[in-house]
Amino acid sequence: MATKRKPRLAVWKFASCDGCQLSLLDCEHELLAVTGQVEIAYFLEASRAVMEGPYDVSLVEGSITTPGDAERIREIREASKFLVAIGACATAGGIQALRNFADVKEFAAAVYARPEVIDTLKRSSPIAEHVFVDFELRGCPISKHQLLEVVGAYLTGRKPNIPTHSVCMECKMRGTPCVMVAAGIACLGPVTQAGCGALCPAYGRGCYACFGPMETPNTTALAAWWRDELGVEPIDIKRALRTYNAGSESFRKESEAYEYADH
Amino acid sequence: MADYEQLDTPSVVLRADLQRLFDSLHARGYETIAPRVENGAIIYDEVTSVDALPAGWTDEQEGGFYRLEGRDDGALFGYTVGPQSWKRYLSPPIRRLWQARKNGDGFEIVHEDAPTPHYALIGVRACELHAIHHLDDVYLGGSTIDADYQQRREAAFIVAVNCGKAGNTCFCASLGTGPAVGPGYDLALTELVTEREHAFVVTVGSERGADVLADVPHRPAAPGEIDLAEAIVAEAARHMGRTLETTGLKELLYRSFEHPHWDEVAERCLTCGNCTMVCPTCFCFTVEDTTDLTGQSAERWRRADSCFTTAFTFITSGSQRASAKARYRQWLTHKLATWQDQFDSLGCVGCGRCITWCPVGIDLTAEVAALRAEEIGQPQPEAVLEMA
Ligand code: SF4
Ligand code: SF4
Ligand code: SF4
Ligand code: SF4
Repeated sequence: MATKRKPRLAVWKFASCDGCQLSLLDCEHELLAVTGQVEIAYFLEASRAVMEGPYDVSLVEGSITTPGDAERIREIREASKFLVAIGACATAGGIQALRNFADVKEFAAAVYARPEVIDTLKRSSPIAEHVFVDFELRGCPISKHQLLEVVGAYLTGRKPNIPTHSVCMECKMRGTPCVMVAAGIACLGPVTQAGCGALCPAYGRGCYACFGPMETPNTTALAAWWRDELGVEPIDIKRALRTYNAGSESFRKESEAYEYADH
Repeated sequence: MADYEQLDTPSVVLRADLQRLFDSLHARGYETIAPRVENGAIIYDEVTSVDALPAGWTDEQEGGFYRLEGRDDGALFGYTVGPQSWKRYLSPPIRRLWQARKNGDGFEIVHEDAPTPHYALIGVRACELHAIHHLDDVYLGGSTIDADYQQRREAAFIVAVNCGKAGNTCFCASLGTGPAVGPGYDLALTELVTEREHAFVVTVGSERGADVLADVPHRPAAPGEIDLAEAIVAEAARHMGRTLETTGLKELLYRSFEHPHWDEVAERCLTCGNCTMVCPTCFCFTVEDTTDLTGQSAERWRRADSCFTTAFTFITSGSQRASAKARYRQWLTHKLATWQDQFDSLGCVGCGRCITWCPVGIDLTAEVAALRAEEIGQPQPEAVLEMA
């Protein structure tokens, strides 16, 4: 054991808000406990010290939005043994994937004084569209608890316990009365992957789908129930599906079914 | 419990003296768990004062719909079952089984040594008491005993309540599981709210039930009170919102394995698992091992699972019930058919929770009726006889 090199951990950033890296910084207490076992080789948000690759574990935050990003992610993949995409941006394209439903040139023209200097891709895409990803950790932002579970599982060589079932399972385990049934509030919990511990329903709000689609999301049946039984307007169904995980396939498709809804 | 010879004459406890029941249970070391209003629903939680019970509340239920409404008589138990069931207390949804810590070259096991909670479950309905007996079959009836369940179960004191109102998604009368409470309780109450009095007709079901009642002011019930209590429950039986024809149910489901109706349900089902989570008899769980980052300690946890998750049947070749159709069929077939082969009873007690708390109102009684009706060449079932 003594001769074994410590695993090197690197943290990379693409188009994102840094919220997921903050979740990692929030683990400082737990990470300090493992400084003996892990070497933080690259984590600009935490330290300027940069160590050369290869890296044993790369945590990748953010989506691919520029030609430069598309190049850089390939280099990172080449230098990494185990690559984990973290957060809604890296796993679904993030909120910036709203551009995928519109013309990015128009956005650039509206936002920037000199749009011609903006070198951007038409779409915001998840890491897995560009390189092989070993594990996708969902969430906007990711859960600190789940992040530690994935890193801990990697270090001990076991499979991480990250359920892919609905938020409803967590909601019921917590003992929260369903907000959709008991209060008529539109909730995305049934089509959303667990991970947050059903935080919003516990505070009387519907789920916003921060953790993206669950394993077998029946968005069509849920949207139909919202519309027919809860009286949700089609445009609001579209908006609910078009947030942080708008680029995920099931949410995109369902939102497109309500694309031309104008009320 | 069950072998206790019932006293011939029920007693009457006045509403004003009911606090003494809670007090007696506390004095005997019980944590009193009872209905309480939270977030627009009636849940089961620690309640120490009668004043915290949902006085003057009732519920309106439909498929995928639940609302609390006021009632003007101040009844304490004037509603039916809510989203939670007593399995939460007898078999908690998440529980650590043991820990392991590295020491030298090996490791040591650290057993859980938390004392067994002593719960007094107050307000257990007829269907719920049947559901607890089903959990007994599962966790205590086989070759492997669930020791934690056994300890909680043996410690639990049960105050049952006869239903004076049937819910719109209830169908216990079809299954013979209610609304009158059957054996297995320590004390059973029927709430009477009349012009003259607000009181409870109390039946004793066990030695310790008799001991607790002795601490509470009571008098023998008058014949008129006993008749009224029976009439109230009989009236509830006449107002079940749902029915389920049980004749040939097992055979129907076994014949229906390839029935096209499953595809139709699968279009509506969200595979969210709410139905199994709210069902008072669903008992499935998974076991997960976790390690800390330093690799010095590990923990084994038991967590509620559902046949609606893909992980439930995951083996090396993937999930064996990948489609929603296969998962819905598993749930319904287990509740109503394979359970009979497994435990000699239906796995359903007719509480209606899976109907009310399904976010899209999928109704097992309607799905069974559809399987029956669509069965080509099969005779149509006779209407369920209403209980007199
Ligand atoms: S509140 Fe939302 S997450 Fe919770 S059970 Fe209802 S639908 Fe599911
Ligand atoms: S199957 Fe539905 S109605 Fe039957 S006991 Fe379970 S939750 Fe209640
Ligand atoms: S219906 Fe499903 S979750 Fe419920 S006991 Fe059967 S297999 Fe388990
Ligand atoms: S029947 Fe209803 S509660 Fe059960 S998994 Fe399907 S949608 Fe969820």
